[in-house]
Amino acid sequence: MKMSKIMPRRMAIGALAAIAALASAGAAFADEITGAGATFPQPVYTRWAEQYAGQGGDTLNYQGIGSGAGVTQIINRTVDFGASDAPVAPERLASQNLVQFPAVIGAVVVAVNIPGVDGNALKLTGPLVGDMYLGRLRMWNDARIRALNPGVNLPAVAIAPVYRADSSGTTNIFTTYLSAVNLPFNTTIGAGSSVSFRAGIGAPGNAGVAGAVRNTRGGIGYVEYAYATENNMQTPMLQNRSGQFVRPSVQAFAASAAQAPWATAPNMAASMINTAGAANWPIVSATYILLPKNPADAERSRKVMQFFDWAFRSGQGAVDALHYIPLPAAVQNQARQRWCQVRSGNAPVWNGCH
Amino acid sequence: MTAVPFENSRKLHLGESLFKILLYVAACVVLVTLAAILIILFVSGKDAFARFGIVGFLTTDQWDPVRDLYGAAAPIVGTLASAAIALAIAWPLGFGIAYFLTEICPRRLRAPLGIAIELLAAIPSIVYGMWGFFILAPFMSTSIEPWLTENFSWLPVLPNDMNPLWFWFQGAPVGVGLLTAGVVLAIMILPFIAATSRDVLLTTPQLLKDGGYAMGATRWEVLTGVVIPAVRGSLFGAVFLGLGRALGETMAVTFVIGNANRLPDGFFAPTASIASIVANTFPEADAGSMKLAALFALGFILFVVSFFVLALARLLLRQGRMA
Repeated sequence: MKMSKIMPRRMAIGALAAIAALASAGAAFADEITGAGATFPQPVYTRWAEQYAGQGGDTLNYQGIGSGAGVTQIINRTVDFGASDAPVAPERLASQNLVQFPAVIGAVVVAVNIPGVDGNALKLTGPLVGDMYLGRLRMWNDARIRALNPGVNLPAVAIAPVYRADSSGTTNIFTTYLSAVNLPFNTTIGAGSSVSFRAGIGAPGNAGVAGAVRNTRGGIGYVEYAYATENNMQTPMLQNRSGQFVRPSVQAFAASAAQAPWATAPNMAASMINTAGAANWPIVSATYILLPKNPADAERSRKVMQFFDWAFRSGQGAVDALHYIPLPAAVQNQARQRWCQVRSGNAPVWNGCH
Repeated sequence: MTAVPFENSRKLHLGESLFKILLYVAACVVLVTLAAILIILFVSGKDAFARFGIVGFLTTDQWDPVRDLYGAAAPIVGTLASAAIALAIAWPLGFGIAYFLTEICPRRLRAPLGIAIELLAAIPSIVYGMWGFFILAPFMSTSIEPWLTENFSWLPVLPNDMNPLWFWFQGAPVGVGLLTAGVVLAIMILPFIAATSRDVLLTTPQLLKDGGYAMGATRWEVLTGVVIPAVRGSLFGAVFLGLGRALGETMAVTFVIGNANRLPDGFFAPTASIASIVANTFPEADAGSMKLAALFALGFILFVVSFFVLALARLLLRQGRMA
């Protein structure tokens, strides 16, 4: 008898404790916003998330699982936002009820390893680089490369193109550029996050490409600018649409970003590939965020917008430190306007809409 | 006929049958899971088989995500060729180690040496991959491959100069490619082949070997005349166990095979294996796309090939034991 009297009380206390633990765990979970997708901007998103949480903001859990998987996840609504390097097709955005805006801008550079040659002083053109990846240009002392670089003692070393073995937004940006400037490349290979290159070897990830270029005599590869600078890689000049040879630099990337047709491009998918302008670097691209227009949980969706609003205003330091380019201020406001399409019931979720 | 204990005790009998049912369930879970994986792989990949035809999919070497055209020939050839190179290196080496450990090695060295070889199996495959990519590949590129090119330049191009498909040891010494993948795989399967071969050799009756030595046979003669004929089938089984592991190895191969979705045209050529192509392209394959179907179809092919290789290994090992 005594036992049965004590037991329920103990059990009640235990149950209360369990409920309290569950409730607090639930609260902690609700404060965490989740995103998934592109790996290209992952360093920036991660740095932003650290700083935002450090200033008392919500925590962001971002999974760099690749653009394709990020789009799939936001279509299935398993995350609060998706991230993709390539803009999503307008029909797909409409059918899946998604709104798209750019978050940050990055650049892709070419890196080389040619014995006895200062790669930073080398001049190359898009058509030549395209021919290397087509297997049509095989030696570094080819007459076409020498004609661009008089006085440079180019060795008789085989050109060893290196590309990303994994599907990658970097590959998408790079092949979009090569397709724009090299017609045979466009017709035989084309642009995509993984393509069937006709020559060279594939290495996993940015780090793999950087390592393979460094390990291989005559290697040439393409990486995010941040990787090239952090690893002290030799990055040749490229000829832009205006015929100028430009060095990869944040200024040259920003010049491209400023001239992109942001106001007219549908869904803000403004191309910054091969833009005209004497100072423009030709391989620049924005990376995009996807939000559902009809969020299941409006509060979480608002928190995502608050995060990116904060990042646009205060995230400049992280962007600069990691060698990306921030969105121009006008483009940031354009992105905020797009958030007004996210609605709960009939009211916009974002506070900045009237 | 198995005797059932405590047959008369009703209570115990109930527990016994419950236990028996649980065991049946446990065994069935494995079989059902196996069958389910096979079915899922086939169903998810059937779009690729339907679009390109089973023969077409198996024999086309095109892998073009931009045009949505997929064929499995390049990764199938890459998988089989890298595994074959691995076997060609690891088989003699593994058998040599096994014979040394069972017959020639001083007794007190046997245990430490055996453990050292088995430790090779404990190294995670990603570590082999990184070692292969950062250490072995540059070494192959600067030392081994130029030496092979120089000394084997007399090998004729196959099938002929007008229609070249196979250049042996010609080609750019990039360091990563078919040969490097084979070497890394050889090191990875060596412990399996050595350990299984050692166990097989230990089953040779001592009486037979002593008989051979009593007749005045040398070690070599005992090996070739007595030991090998006695355990022949089982030795093949050991090799097939190693082959099964080599076929499915993913991470290490992805680092060193070069990841070019093309048929290799020589030992130095970069190519792809089924596992490496799936690992590389799976994350960005959209749900419902032909690319995803093609990757599932590749997984199905790898499953079937590995299944038959392992089944063959079991069969040979058992035959050897019965002989």
